[in-house]
Amino acid sequence: MTTLPALGGIQVERDELISGSEAIARACVLADVDVITAYPIRPYDTVMQYVARLIANGELDCEFIVADSEHSQFEMVKHASAVGARVFVGSSGVGWFYAFEAITVTAGLRLPVVAMVGNRALDDPGAFGVEHNDALAVRDLGWLLTWVDTAQEALDTALIAWRVAEDPRVFLPCAISADGAFLTHSQQIVKVPGKKLVQQFIPPYNRGNLVLHPDNPITIAPQVNEDWLMEIRKQTDEAMRRAKGVLAEAYQEFGDIFGRRRDPFIEEYETDDAELVLVGMGTLAMPVKVAVRKLREQGQKVGFIRVKWFRPFPTQELQQSLSRFKAVGVVDRDFSMGSPSYGGVLFNEIRSALYPLPQRPAVVGFIAGLGGREIRVPDVSNMIDMTRKTVEEGRTDQQTHWIGVRE
Amino acid sequence: MTTLQSLSQIRGVKNVPWDEYYTSGHRTCQGCESALALRLMAKAAGPRTIVLGSTGCMYVANTTYYTTPWVVPWMHTQLGSAGSAATGTAAGLKALMRKEKIKEEPINVIAVCGDGGGADMGLSAISAALTQTEYNLLIFLYDNESYANTDIQVSGTSPWGANTTFSPPGRVHRIMNRRWKKNVAGMLATGHPECRYVATTCTSYPLDLQNKVRKALTTGGPTFIHTLDPCPKGWDYDPRYSHELGELAVETGMWVLYEVQDSKLTLNGPSKALANGTKQRKPVEEYLMRQGRFAHFTPEDTSYVQRKIDDMWTKWWVPGVIPFQNEVVT
Repeated sequence: MTTLPALGGIQVERDELISGSEAIARACVLADVDVITAYPIRPYDTVMQYVARLIANGELDCEFIVADSEHSQFEMVKHASAVGARVFVGSSGVGWFYAFEAITVTAGLRLPVVAMVGNRALDDPGAFGVEHNDALAVRDLGWLLTWVDTAQEALDTALIAWRVAEDPRVFLPCAISADGAFLTHSQQIVKVPGKKLVQQFIPPYNRGNLVLHPDNPITIAPQVNEDWLMEIRKQTDEAMRRAKGVLAEAYQEFGDIFGRRRDPFIEEYETDDAELVLVGMGTLAMPVKVAVRKLREQGQKVGFIRVKWFRPFPTQELQQSLSRFKAVGVVDRDFSMGSPSYGGVLFNEIRSALYPLPQRPAVVGFIAGLGGREIRVPDVSNMIDMTRKTVEEGRTDQQTHWIGVRE
Repeated sequence: MTTLQSLSQIRGVKNVPWDEYYTSGHRTCQGCESALALRLMAKAAGPRTIVLGSTGCMYVANTTYYTTPWVVPWMHTQLGSAGSAATGTAAGLKALMRKEKIKEEPINVIAVCGDGGGADMGLSAISAALTQTEYNLLIFLYDNESYANTDIQVSGTSPWGANTTFSPPGRVHRIMNRRWKKNVAGMLATGHPECRYVATTCTSYPLDLQNKVRKALTTGGPTFIHTLDPCPKGWDYDPRYSHELGELAVETGMWVLYEVQDSKLTLNGPSKALANGTKQRKPVEEYLMRQGRFAHFTPEDTSYVQRKIDDMWTKWWVPGVIPFQNEVVT
């Protein structure tokens, strides 16, 4: 049990041993969510098991609907959000894809649905383990999209998600990605803040004059066709641009209230004097950090950068950060078949973000850890060696390497 | 369960409310009975109503930006989502009222879908909605017997043999749609024992339609209404005959008017008279031959349909509702 400096005597923070999924379920209690819809698919569904238990025990007061499919599950929260309810939903892998029509229109309608994606491979062939392609599929649609790497960050980011998504300057849905098994099912010590403090951080959801109610008889989502669709898309684009600033603001205030200060968009690890860094998202941070420490003991100037928000993409942050290094190795836990250089999604986004710079580091792509395969410390050392070698040899012919694949 | 509105049954056309909640601004075809169904539905439900409209001709033709005909709040939902839209909306309202985030009051939640959205793609979501007994909602299926928005394609409720753009009669295959119309209301009524109100209706019987909407909304819980709407474009007839064709559908026994309230089944209007023998069924030919979509029928095709309808009225356990044989093998 720890306490932080009390704000008006209402502050209590507790240390609890909980998993990433449970941390997000606890965030639902803290944020006083109104409607939650569930449908089972591994590994995200553990969050809904915790939610169900919290409701059964009287700790969470919300409408909890077990839907007939992911499509219905996401449609339900979309409509609940339209009448002014704070909502939570989630899925994994092909379940997320089954909901995709609803996911698309949720962003199109600017409804601040908060979803957890327990990242999972898009089987067939059957695989429960983590791959990032499921959540990444929303990258063009107007969803805020973030990857967390600890249970603490999962809880904190969920609170930030409701605050930013429901901000009238944003009004965009938000997906919180948590690596399947590695985070959804792993327990860590988490500081769970008091509910009153959270209420200070997240104001009530107010849909304003966009709320669907007989007192406000509006028509939502009529046929606009070529007359108006471009203007509406542009509004979503502007909301996504504004989200960057609103996120920064939220992280600042989060630090003020809860005492945990973090850089909103990227996390830098051992980069001060680094010549070469790896970049990645999610829980691969752990083996990479261990490898970086080991290599530094051998005198290698290497570091790691974790991308936290994928949408909005931290373009300026990565430009400023990565231009300091000679070489960058991007580790993708995803694939993008037939893409430029046959690279992963993050690799191509980063390479694109760096293109306008006069001094660009070499960028090498790695595809690793698909289907939940473990990324081990030797794999990381290997990627760092390959990044260095590619640069030393001045090779640009083959820039994507698959790691740990049986020949 | 949140409280319900008090909407009394309308006794006679002179007592129909004057106020309209589905007005000008839509661009449906001349003689469109689905538009009439929505108008009557909105009139019966009144102003404290939220309507969710799934994709279909009553979305595309009804809600051109800046010219919405809806006086009550209206929101689009996806093609297969009438059930989930209604559930999500009702759940949101219920949570907000219980937690005193909005004023407690009865608000009607109605989700509208076509036969494609309701009988085909959205069937699972509607089935799920009808099990959610804690929410007050109405699923209103307007059935014009084809995907009428996208150029008249065959759906799960299109009649056997009908000419649609996906089932055109050709030189080798005269009958392309060999599926029999789904018994949607019967399936939903028998399959959801906790659902307290399921009904069929038809725009040619406007009082029946309005009173069934009111019964659904005042019975509470999840409810379902299926209306048959003659469609000049899809059925290929002069728009002036819409009303007459609806009557013929019922009088030939091809469409049956009934309601199931708290597990009690009542046949309504002419269907009741056909069942108790006070009125004779007209031959189906009188209905079929008025429509271009059956113009390719041979006498054999017509008698096949007649035989199927005869069976429905003589061999079904409950005519038009439960297609089991009268006798139970024990």
